Amino acid sequence: MIIFYVLAALLILTSLMVVFQRNVVHCAMALVAALFLIAILFVTLQAPMVGVLQILVYAGAIMVLFLFVIMLLNPTSLEPRRALSWGFGTVVALLLAGALAALVSHDEAPADPFAATELFGAPESLAKSLFTDFVLPFEIASVLLLIAIVGAVVLAKREHN
Amino acid sequence: MIVDIGIIALKAFLVVFMVLNLAGVLGWIERKGSALMQDRIGANRASILGFAGMGLINTLVADPIKFLTKEDFIPPSGDKFLHTLAPCMALFPALVTFAVIPFGDTLQIGERVINLQVANLNIGILYVFAMGSLGVYGIVIGAWASNNKFSMFGGVRGSAQMISYEVAMGLSVIGILMVYGTLELQEIARGQGTLIREFLPESWRFLQAAIGWLPAWGIFLQPLAFLLFFTAAVAETKRVPFDLPEGESEIVAGYHVEYSGGKFLMFFAGEFAEIVTAAALMTTLFFGGWQVPYLLRDGFHFPWGTTWLLPHLAVTLLQVGAFAVKVVFFCWLQILLRWSVPRFRYDQVMRLGWKMLLPLALLNVIVTALVIVAVQQL
Amino acid sequence: MVPLNHYLILSAAIFAIGVVGVVIRRNLIVVLMSIELMLNAVNLTFIAFSRFLGSMEGQVIVFFVMAVAAAEAVVGLAIIISVFRHRQTLDPQEMQLLKW
Repeated sequence: MIIFYVLAALLILTSLMVVFQRNVVHCAMALVAALFLIAILFVTLQAPMVGVLQILVYAGAIMVLFLFVIMLLNPTSLEPRRALSWGFGTVVALLLAGALAALVSHDEAPADPFAATELFGAPESLAKSLFTDFVLPFEIASVLLLIAIVGAVVLAKREHN
Repeated sequence: MIVDIGIIALKAFLVVFMVLNLAGVLGWIERKGSALMQDRIGANRASILGFAGMGLINTLVADPIKFLTKEDFIPPSGDKFLHTLAPCMALFPALVTFAVIPFGDTLQIGERVINLQVANLNIGILYVFAMGSLGVYGIVIGAWASNNKFSMFGGVRGSAQMISYEVAMGLSVIGILMVYGTLELQEIARGQGTLIREFLPESWRFLQAAIGWLPAWGIFLQPLAFLLFFTAAVAETKRVPFDLPEGESEIVAGYHVEYSGGKFLMFFAGEFAEIVTAAALMTTLFFGGWQVPYLLRDGFHFPWGTTWLLPHLAVTLLQVGAFAVKVVFFCWLQILLRWSVPRFRYDQVMRLGWKMLLPLALLNVIVTALVIVAVQQL
Repeated sequence: MVPLNHYLILSAAIFAIGVVGVVIRRNLIVVLMSIELMLNAVNLTFIAFSRFLGSMEGQVIVFFVMAVAAAEAVVGLAIIISVFRHRQTLDPQEMQLLKW
């Protein structure tokens, strides 16, 4: 119970750091922390397989890629804080958050969460769903990743002229 | 409830304590062992009241005092916060990975059965890989925060090497997962207690007689996977022959050139803790973990018929001792490897990881799948 | 037991923070990171619903969202690198050639 509120507070703090820090590398590290916290939230929500995949894929690979690109492009200048647009953006965000929160709050929420079996969220159930019901999206996702690899290599190659 | 939490806390404390101690002792073995191999004496000057203890006082007492009392220098144009954060991020995954490694079977005290493993997750080995992938950050952030071109060289090389060999490491383990049918490390260790006889079909008499009496350890069922995993794990820990990220003769000290004192000690301890983790993984996956050959829960059951019954506590002690011996053996093997083999060049490292280990790991998966299906059909 | 609404409000908040990042930041990499933050907020919603309704499909969808996010981050970063090579800047305000 308390774990959720602590994690939620930390998560909002790190997300704000991602958006409002001026040094890009600090933003990236704050995002890594946010992803790690979300993975912990997944584990508390009885999705351990997805949680560990989040750390493996998102925090462990995608963010390393981000850091590589940041180090490659070497941005040494700090972005200036523009009070007007940042203040305006914050107000819009608060309005958006308020609207979304009002939309998702309803009194007739399911009071008792589904009593999960032991295999809920376990690798066996996820694998079973992936290989029987969702095998076509699975194969398409692998082709998509191949296309992304080829596209990235082609885009990022230096031109030899 | 309180007792449960207390037992888990005690197990976690014991594991971290033993890993850090072993990391310290490995530092001593490295200095003295390398001296033995290179026909020199090694460090033996520091002594307490004339007792130098073969370099033990030097490595285990003098060195930590020196590290901890040095000035903590942060490069003025570097990033202060990240410079301090990087060694923590290098040490954290190396220690935390030990949470899922089983160091014994269950211990029964009264009516309480204690599983000798800190956390029995149902995702088992994936947790190890997840924490391993977090280990890249220590390198990347340490290199970046030092604001030093040599550090950047070491950092970029190190992180590229680590993410390449993570893939090979993960794929080489799939064969083991297929054979034992589970992701949980305690179940893999238990599954290696049977004999190979159970895995072979009844009608293959010749093969049953030839190898059926061996315990079903991963090394017998997946030899190629062991070689691939060993190579990939040594590359992950950035030890020689893969230590180009900290290549001492080329880029000064690579990604930890700007670190001194306590932070360097954390990097150092993290590297030795990773050696211990890699050794523990190798024993759990391929060498039976805590299994002693032919030792079941109540005693020895040899395949030729004799049984020696042993009390429960003796069995548990034997198993924990077997685990410790195997882990120390693999740590020693990695240290031996360090002082015997020259360093790979960077393009050789990349070629080995992507063009040799990865296709071999995939081939291993395919062949294992074919063999399992063939054996099940018979 | 934490009610479902709290999870949904948390992910709504993170989504809004991601939108702020996309709108106000003048560094393409931070914009891409804010997009990843939005995707993760959505993942959190899916997992929360999957737990409260007892259906594994939520987790399968999150699996695919992660794969697609990985592909998108890779291609996005490659585009950023090639844009940087041409314009030597990461400021989206400098890339307004198509604006009328």
